[in-house]
Amino acid sequence: MPAVTQTREAVEKLGQSTYKWGFETDIEMDMAPKGLNEDIIRLISSRKEEPEWMLEWRLAAYKTWQAMQEPKWAKVAYPPIDYQDAHYYAAPRKKPGPKSLDEVDPELLRTYEKLGIPLHEQALLAGVEVPEGERMPVAVDAVFDSVSVATTFRKTLEEAGVIFCPISEAVKEHPDLVRKYLGTVVPAGDNFFSALNSAVFTDGSFVYVPKGVRCPMELSTYFRINARNTGQFERTLIVVEEGASVSYLEGCTAPMRDENQLHAAVVELVAMDDASIKYSTVQNWYPGDENGRGGIYNFVTKRGACRGARSKISWTQVETGSAITWKYPSCILQGEGSVGEFYSVAVTNNHQQADTGTKMIHLGRNTRSTIIAKTISAGRSDSTYRGLVRVQPKASGARNFTQCDSLLIGDQCGAHTVPYIESRNMNARIEHEATTSKISEDQLFYCRQRGLSEEDAVGLIVNGFCRDVLKELPMEFAVEAQKLLQISLEGSVG
Amino acid sequence: MSQFLEISGLCAQIDADGQEKQILRGVDLSIPPGEVHVIMGPNGSGKSTLSYVLAGREDYEVTAGTATFHGQDLLAMEPEERAAAGLFLAFQSPIELPGVNNANFLRTAVNAVRRARGQEELDAVAFLKMAREAAKALSMAPDMLKRNVNVGFSGGEKKRNEVLQMTLLQPTFAILDETDSGLDVDALRIVAEGVNRLRAPTFSALVITHHQKLLDYLVPDRIHVMARGRIILSGGPELARQIDQEGYTKFLAEVA
Ligand SMILES: Nc1ncnc2c1ncn2[C@@H]1O[C@H](COP(=O)(O)OP(=O)(O)OP(=O)(O)O)[C@@H](O)[C@H]1O
Ligand SMILES: [Mg+2]
Repeated sequence: MPAVTQTREAVEKLGQSTYKWGFETDIEMDMAPKGLNEDIIRLISSRKEEPEWMLEWRLAAYKTWQAMQEPKWAKVAYPPIDYQDAHYYAAPRKKPGPKSLDEVDPELLRTYEKLGIPLHEQALLAGVEVPEGERMPVAVDAVFDSVSVATTFRKTLEEAGVIFCPISEAVKEHPDLVRKYLGTVVPAGDNFFSALNSAVFTDGSFVYVPKGVRCPMELSTYFRINARNTGQFERTLIVVEEGASVSYLEGCTAPMRDENQLHAAVVELVAMDDASIKYSTVQNWYPGDENGRGGIYNFVTKRGACRGARSKISWTQVETGSAITWKYPSCILQGEGSVGEFYSVAVTNNHQQADTGTKMIHLGRNTRSTIIAKTISAGRSDSTYRGLVRVQPKASGARNFTQCDSLLIGDQCGAHTVPYIESRNMNARIEHEATTSKISEDQLFYCRQRGLSEEDAVGLIVNGFCRDVLKELPMEFAVEAQKLLQISLEGSVG
Repeated sequence: MSQFLEISGLCAQIDADGQEKQILRGVDLSIPPGEVHVIMGPNGSGKSTLSYVLAGREDYEVTAGTATFHGQDLLAMEPEERAAAGLFLAFQSPIELPGVNNANFLRTAVNAVRRARGQEELDAVAFLKMAREAAKALSMAPDMLKRNVNVGFSGGEKKRNEVLQMTLLQPTFAILDETDSGLDVDALRIVAEGVNRLRAPTFSALVITHHQKLLDYLVPDRIHVMARGRIILSGGPELARQIDQEGYTKFLAEVA
């Protein structure tokens, strides 16, 4: 078919672009020696001045992990990871927790600038007040490698009774809350990577929204993986009480490097009666070069528990980065009438591999879930959507709607859809739709005839394809995500 | 002679399932500035192919001949460069772009072309004002700008949307490939008025059509008849009326 050849040629002609955010910040590091053993875990725990119970929890997780096997069922391939050949703790040597921007290392600020953190967020970082009536402010908790070095808007949040702080701090200052919920949604032994994370997690966010409180701002965390050979084990816990709500934004880019880096995060969400949590991610870690060298291994466990009646958890993700992605943000729909949503765009290019999707576990009556997954594959990449919808016997009236669309660019990439549907209740209604399409020569030519460059044309068409998901993102993120989609397909797309 | 648009001995073929298929077999055509020329001809004679080749569609391989635009080698330019240079093609079958907002598409296109032409880009507010006025002049429903490009548009709405794009992109040379087919009588007049508004000493058009009706409104300068990949006959406006009444058979027989 001539059309196919055309696309492939166009793809090749455009050549390869380099990762736009590949730079490294030079800040003095405090680093643990390579390797993983009980001593390292004790070191992490003592560096973080953790209470004894936390150390015990870590050590127990480590024992569990040692007895586990790395999972092999995902459709991803990579050389064996030597878990002893990495540093499990790295922290900027400067004292953590500056209270104003002046105290933040200027290197770090330059990093944010290069990352293109939106200006208004930089202003917020700088503590500039937003005039009344303007858009909802965004609080940024910057996680720089392992220790949070800047936290903003703590006061406004405190006044509302919202806790938003590094989890390492929460362990010390809100131990009862942390102990009550940590590991209750994703138990340490849930899977190989969650066990590893539980043993060595370094930092992440803790959010607690008390009963009846609508969090007065969107909470945002920018993650950077910065130190060479430092696996990052982020741990985030968000608890939203009865009738409360929060919107949490997670965005990340990483500097360019050669060695593969392991990233195994665990995110736990808990929503009580009538509570709602919106969790949005834009993930743009280094995907490796055009030959498949380098790049981040992203093995994430994200899970939300809709414990209360009519509670709602909504995951929205735009995944463009990482060499390997293994990620299934899930919802456990326990409360009667609770709602789970999953909106996803996953882009793979060059040699990237992604196996991602979601799990919707319907336990309660009249629970509802919606899954909209858009997969875009280009170059020689491979992308798999893996989704599980399970309806348990008690979940009468449960409903699910799933829509999976794949867009292929070129003819050397792959897209796979693997739906698992398990219904143990006769009253459940499950709908599944799937499509696969290509960017057509007609569409490209039409756009170019109107004056758009080939790359702009692809960007426009891809953004159109993803519209149903992008519109779920908060405004700030939507713009960034659109740019990202185009950039990540640059150099491989026709 | 370096004219506005100059096509000479143009041959083009397509790779159809591994077989080379010759479609254009030596097209000669020159259009001076400020004129409206018409191409008529039987189905499958190569009219759309000519418009695609002029606009730069890569599926068609040019095997011989030249095409210059303002003295520039048109065939050496990328499609978007031709657009920036002022060439516009109203497609016989406009393409759908799912999920792409029409106004956003139009603004992206207009600004891409403005950038290439060294003009200042339009901000969203200025653009929307301009687009709404242009849409109104074409009697398009206001929601057409909010909908996805050509998705679910009726045949006539698609054609009008092409003319809207043409109006906003302000080309100096427009090819209209059967923009009149599928239009009701009123729409036909509205579309013709849209083209007439662009008429200027610096604007030319190549109108591909099967019907005399559009030409009543457009008042063309010359009519060309295409058959089997060649212009076989050219004449004044009366030629179109003759074809309308007598069909092509007579002319085809004459050249055969
Ligand atoms: N991509 C293609 N693959 C195979 N054949 C093609 C292709 N494009 C054009 N052709 C053939 O070339 C010939 C000319 O087609 P073209 O569309 O240019 O005709 P036309 O004069 O515009 O006809 P109409 O009046 O029906 O619009 C036809 O026989 C057509 O089938
Ligand atoms: Mg045609």
